Amino acid sequence: MSWLFPSKQHLSHYHHRKSGLLQRLHIDLTLLALLVILSAIGITILMSAGHGDMSLLQRQATRLGVAFIAMLVMAQVPPHILKMFAPWLFLLGVLLLLGVLFMGDMGKGAQRWLNLGFFRFQPSELLKLATPMMVAWYLAERRLPPSFKHISVATIFIAIPTILIAKQPDLGTAILIACSGIAVLFLAGISWRIIFAVAAACASLAPLLWAFFMKAYQKQRVLTFLNPEEDPLGAGYHIIQSKIAIGSGGINGKGWMHGSQARLEFLPESSTDFIFAVFAEEFGLIGAIALLSIYLLIFIRSIYIAAQAQDTFSRLLAGSLSFTFFIYLFVNVGMVTGILPVVGVPLPLVSYGGTSMVTLLIGFGILMSIHTHRKLLSS
Amino acid sequence: MKTRFDLKNSQQENQLFLSRSIILIIFVSLLFFSLITRLTYLQIQTHEEYSDLAQNNRVKLSVISPVRGLIFDSKGRVLAENNPSYSLELIPEQVKDIPKTIKRLQQLLSISEKEIMLFERQRKRQKRFTSIALRNRLNESEVAIFSANRHLFPGVDIQARPLRYYPYPELTSHVVGYVGAINEKELKTIDPINYRGSRFIGKTGVEKTYETELHGHVGYQQTENTAQGRSIKVLTHTAPLSGHNLTLNIDIELQKIAYDALGNFNGTIAAIDTRTGAVRALVSKPGFNANLFARGIDQTSYSALQNSTRRPLFNRALRGQYPPGSTMKPFLGLAGLNYSTISAKQTVFCPGYYQLPKQSHKYRDWKKTGHGHTNLHKAIVQSCDVYYYKLAHELKIDRMHDFLSLFGFGQKTGIDINGEKHGLLPSRAWKKRYRNQVWYPGETLISGIGQGFNLSTPLQLAHATALLANKGTAFKPLLVSKVDQQQRTSEASTPVKLNKPEYWDIVINAMQDVVSGARGTARRINKGAAFKIAGKTGTAQVFGIKQGEKYDEENTVEHLKDHALFIAFAPVKKPQLAIAVIVENGSHGGSVAAPIARAIFDQYIQVQP
Repeated sequence: MSWLFPSKQHLSHYHHRKSGLLQRLHIDLTLLALLVILSAIGITILMSAGHGDMSLLQRQATRLGVAFIAMLVMAQVPPHILKMFAPWLFLLGVLLLLGVLFMGDMGKGAQRWLNLGFFRFQPSELLKLATPMMVAWYLAERRLPPSFKHISVATIFIAIPTILIAKQPDLGTAILIACSGIAVLFLAGISWRIIFAVAAACASLAPLLWAFFMKAYQKQRVLTFLNPEEDPLGAGYHIIQSKIAIGSGGINGKGWMHGSQARLEFLPESSTDFIFAVFAEEFGLIGAIALLSIYLLIFIRSIYIAAQAQDTFSRLLAGSLSFTFFIYLFVNVGMVTGILPVVGVPLPLVSYGGTSMVTLLIGFGILMSIHTHRKLLSS
Repeated sequence: MKTRFDLKNSQQENQLFLSRSIILIIFVSLLFFSLITRLTYLQIQTHEEYSDLAQNNRVKLSVISPVRGLIFDSKGRVLAENNPSYSLELIPEQVKDIPKTIKRLQQLLSISEKEIMLFERQRKRQKRFTSIALRNRLNESEVAIFSANRHLFPGVDIQARPLRYYPYPELTSHVVGYVGAINEKELKTIDPINYRGSRFIGKTGVEKTYETELHGHVGYQQTENTAQGRSIKVLTHTAPLSGHNLTLNIDIELQKIAYDALGNFNGTIAAIDTRTGAVRALVSKPGFNANLFARGIDQTSYSALQNSTRRPLFNRALRGQYPPGSTMKPFLGLAGLNYSTISAKQTVFCPGYYQLPKQSHKYRDWKKTGHGHTNLHKAIVQSCDVYYYKLAHELKIDRMHDFLSLFGFGQKTGIDINGEKHGLLPSRAWKKRYRNQVWYPGETLISGIGQGFNLSTPLQLAHATALLANKGTAFKPLLVSKVDQQQRTSEASTPVKLNKPEYWDIVINAMQDVVSGARGTARRINKGAAFKIAGKTGTAQVFGIKQGEKYDEENTVEHLKDHALFIAFAPVKKPQLAIAVIVENGSHGGSVAAPIARAIFDQYIQVQP
């Protein structure tokens, strides 16, 4: 089978650290096992949250299958190839975003989809990966920690997709993309002085923003988030019902398929963005901590992979992907438990829904590729 | 792979990355613990509170819709009722394989693709434990077929829901009206709480005007539900208040006689009891099957009704405005007497036409040879136009307007259902205001024979006839006589006082001779009558294709024929019933419209001596 891997002979002065089957297939077993467990939990809770709708489960299982295959395919692409394509992917993504802005499908008043005839596609998904890749590609070629000039250029790379996506409007995705870019900057060693200066500037600008730039309905949203009980049938309804579901779950939960809130459909979007509430209602605090711990483990494994990476691009990209994955979780659970406003971010790998799942697992494919394409200089 | 890298620098970068990674891990851990803290707070600290709230969520408030009031005719026959409509319903949660079940059901009952589509759409919206209709309006044999096989279909059952039903759909389609599904516009005007469980609302006629009385008041039920959402115990129950039953003054038998008497003609009839103002018959022909609307009419049937040249949806009795023609003559005769423009004995020579002084235009009489010397009596009996041209010329339009206003022309009669039209009683002021034109003397002459601008509804004519029959008193037409057991009486119309009471007798005598005189225009209906009838025939010129019909070659001749009118009351000495009959394109009041009135009188006056 060695003809499958010509690189092995070609780069004969390198030898692989391990040469098991998994290594050859570029699979990181730890990460794969954790991801499979998480997906299995997702399917289980979807059975309850989706009210036993078999077709819903089938669709979700099919998507998971596709996403896992995409991940394994991605793992075969060595990081230096990715690095080569990074700026082009970013450029393509931005062009597609502009395309969406001017001729995208209007769905529910938000322009997110680009109809390519045979399938509909969200360019923002591409940018979830292309943005950190772009910033990592740019900074990897510079002397680190980056100079002020380089930071400014990188900031522009982050700002372009963030603003375009926020305009769609898709605030949740915009936040995630901004986070992925900022994570690269942070890991690249951006100086603390700049970090604190930006933080201070934001803090002082916020009241100005509130007073002069925010429209009445936007203020209303913030107020609803701060006090959901004030608008129990409008925007506050989701949060109230979700808190009832979680709170009534208690320590041990009501048991699988026995969560009354979701089953009686008091809880809206119970199989998509609010699926965590169903989980916490049925499996209680113990279950919720266990679930969150799996996410934490995935993050730790990912950041370990980042630390083990051999070149700057891989390191920065892997670190950013790990962090963004956890932010995904934090925003979703924060919103469901009522400590963050409702922005519409799914629970990674558990919520029902396709595109974001594929993007996430492709990200893990990249991580696996980074980890399994490492070579040691023969001494 | 970088080849020109600075090893020392790389080492430094690596170091920097590691320290930043550790900060990131610490940061993520903080986020992780903040989530755990939040969950602990929700699930331990406030667990009790949220458990209670969740329990409350289990208590469901459901709506019980009230039963709509029934509508009866004057003799207690049901005109509108609520019949159970059987629908085949399916509870998704209890059915294992829905497509297969539907396939099997199709072998027993006809279920169309469209119905399956509607069912699927409902299924996506509804909870899995709620019953969803797969087929509506099963007939009795279908109910029987399914019932025999019911054990084979767990989760499928037949539900009975009340549906408005009109036993005489064509006869009552305009007066009783119909109910239909509540639309967007109505949704904005109704009380959303009271209509929580209602699917239908009155759209026309009594059903619409008496909607508040008929609808009733919504009830509530609080049930404790299982975790699966099924109710296990009723906690509180507020019974709905059924709508009030209405009794109409309409006599459905009389209504049917009137409707059938119109034969193949389009037309309209109003019959009012002169003693009470009770509307005994209010016909607009053609009617339509009001049950179609109550079931939810499909687009094809609706456009068929809408596009029909006979205009079945048009309520002629309230909204049909016709030139009253010669039926105006008795009233104008009274005007002439009252203003002392004429006296009963005075005669006018009728050569078959009339000319205004210094004008060459000849206003023709319907009888080319003329009526010769004509007094008021003869002018009414034989319907002499020339006599009335002269009378009108001398009265002038404004006095005609003022006097006829006393009889309610040009005004709504105030019947207790919505949608009535004003008709039109012209005057100088009216023409100036609405047409911005001066009044021409020739127009006065035309008005003198009830043509020109004059328009009346059949209800107006019947009401004016009642005023005449009672010599100046009458009641506003009233349809609903009882709300539940509570009697309603009609308001008196503004009485008409003449300078001399014998004027009434002069005109009434003439009207009696229209029917019983040797040369009366309606003499044919006198034969065999058990009581004396006073009436007046009329013919109204059709104004081309004015009412919006499409040009239809085959029907053109029919369409251009004159409308036949007849107003009458009987018995002359002690009047009971006043009638106005309008037969569209019926040509002759005496031969077509008058016999219809006679048929109605025969039925009504025999039955109530």
